[in-house]
Amino acid sequence: MTKKQKRKLIRIIVSVILTAIAYFVPTIGWIRLVTFAIPYLIIGYDVLLNAIKGIIHGQLLDEKFLMSIATIGAFATGEYAEGAAVMLFYQVGDLFESMAIGKSRKSIAKLMDIRPEFAILLQDGKEEIVEPDEVKINQTIIVKPGQRIPLDGKIIQGSTSVNTSSLTGESLPVDMQEGDNVISGSINLSGVIQVKVSKEYGQSTVSRILELVENASSKKAKAENFITRFARVYTPCVVVAAILLAIVPPLFIGLSWSEWINRALVFLVVSCPCALVISVPLSFFGGIGGASRQGILIKGSNYLELLSKIDTVVMDKTGTITKGSFTVTAIHPEQVSEKELLSIGALAESCSSHPVAKSIIEAHGEIIDSSRIGEIKEIAGKGVLATIDGTRFYVGNSKIMELSECDCHDCHLNGTIIHIASDSTYFGHIVISDTMKPEAAEAISSMKTLGIKKTVMLTGDKEGTASVIAKEAGVDEYHADLLPEDKVSHLENCMSESNGVAFVGDGINDAPVLMRSDVGIAMGALGSDAAIESADIVLMDDKLTKLPLAISISRKTMSIVRQNICFALIVKGLILLLGALGFANMWIAVFGDVGVMIIAILNAMRAMKAKKPKE
Amino acid sequence: MKKSYMMEDLDCAHCASKIEDAISKIDGVNACHVNFLAQKMTLEADDDKFESIVNQAIKITKKIEPDCKIQV
Repeated sequence: MTKKQKRKLIRIIVSVILTAIAYFVPTIGWIRLVTFAIPYLIIGYDVLLNAIKGIIHGQLLDEKFLMSIATIGAFATGEYAEGAAVMLFYQVGDLFESMAIGKSRKSIAKLMDIRPEFAILLQDGKEEIVEPDEVKINQTIIVKPGQRIPLDGKIIQGSTSVNTSSLTGESLPVDMQEGDNVISGSINLSGVIQVKVSKEYGQSTVSRILELVENASSKKAKAENFITRFARVYTPCVVVAAILLAIVPPLFIGLSWSEWINRALVFLVVSCPCALVISVPLSFFGGIGGASRQGILIKGSNYLELLSKIDTVVMDKTGTITKGSFTVTAIHPEQVSEKELLSIGALAESCSSHPVAKSIIEAHGEIIDSSRIGEIKEIAGKGVLATIDGTRFYVGNSKIMELSECDCHDCHLNGTIIHIASDSTYFGHIVISDTMKPEAAEAISSMKTLGIKKTVMLTGDKEGTASVIAKEAGVDEYHADLLPEDKVSHLENCMSESNGVAFVGDGINDAPVLMRSDVGIAMGALGSDAAIESADIVLMDDKLTKLPLAISISRKTMSIVRQNICFALIVKGLILLLGALGFANMWIAVFGDVGVMIIAILNAMRAMKAKKPKE
Repeated sequence: MKKSYMMEDLDCAHCASKIEDAISKIDGVNACHVNFLAQKMTLEADDDKFESIVNQAIKITKKIEPDCKIQV
């Protein structure tokens, strides 16, 4: 509890005791007024003062003003006990409310607790502890085990494992060595490392993420705008209704003036829209915060709202459904063993930096014995001519095979085919293709479970490759052989047929499509500024399963928002109705004000608890 | 120029949006966002008038929510 809250608690206790005494001691007339006025003033003086200040500044109709009028009104109509009790009750509620807000502020701050507190700067062999924003590019910092990496950079000495869970939600540590890039905000687990800083603090991943999430609330969702507009109209309307209720019926219907004034006071007490005004943005903030904990950055409440409504997901193939890197998927040797074929391929490609060459070398996995290699000649767009153990080999696509005199066979598999032959003999071929992410099919089927009507895959690849991947992944529709501009037109087709389309890509070469879609989602964005910039929602790692998770977080958040709006409106509406008919007293009215607000805040806090992804 | 300020004792969500509205209407303010949960105000305004705008913003805040203080 803060000091302010403690003071209020003491006032509440004192006031409760005094009110109880005043209630049970039988007094009449002005003595009774005084005995109730004392606890009333103890508990309510600040409300009254602020109400007066409000009047001076022309801020009528704020909560404090309304509460003052309501309680003074109660005193004026002789309901001393009620006047004092309502003020007391209001202050209790106010205390609870401020504690609930404080708690949610803390939980959100904890959610955002990825800010590094210091950096250890290494200068002239000496270690110095400095603020992260004092470190400049190319300076060297030391990160010890258990510490948070304060700035983005490259490891220049040492190796360690790093936990990126606060950024990506992925709890499995990643091993890092010299030359690897580390990301600020992740935690160094095992070894001492020296890191050469590559970005200043303000530009580093951690500050960008924090800025993004903090600013997310400035992009308001429709539900929030509705509430803001509603609040503007609601309070004046209820106040006017209260005035009418106090004046008009006594003139025409009868009953005493004090009876109608009491009913009008009930109106005043429930006229504050705070429950709505606070709980709706709080729910959004909770949802956005909870999502960021899972490595899902949502750039605004509006995108969260849109995401909950989408019924079509359009995905890019490379880097989204597939890994976006080439791997050897099949080896079809003739004459020799698989291993020998692979080793010839690896030796021949050992000098090339082409992705295809790299994948063969990787699949080979052994150290290249360069003494076996003679002359190597690269023929652009075809392959390489390499002399290995004195024999000349042709390694490459079917075009290079034209140079050799032997016949080559095509493969029934899809992908890039690397043939290997000598001058006279065909040795076989290696198939290289982009493989599907292991979790892609699961992710797509869970999207279906969530009620996504259509999943579409777009790719610039050939029909054959595309159809295989599309079938494996289980998407409803695919379009192959697309140029970047074709992707936009296919996306527009989807948009015209559905209520909301999300596009998922790697954010590197599909920026136009990301921008055009209702919700643009970039994935695998950790360390990629371009992707963070161009998308509305950013998945920090490259797991497609984050997408259904994001959708379910957004839906849960929206349902909490709706619950809060409906609950508050219905309760307040009921109290207004009952109040007008004379069935609701001030007690119920105060519940309608602060009670509803507290319940709404507690409900909003649920949005923060994102479901843990299934292991 | 864009600057952020902490807002101490900002306890009423409705007031926060009122403060935001009122400050946005000051002449020379390009954008103002009051984040109730972070208790933070982000103000974007013309450089030459910035100081006087901040002073006005403080006054407005005091009018709408007497308890709340902008920390400069």
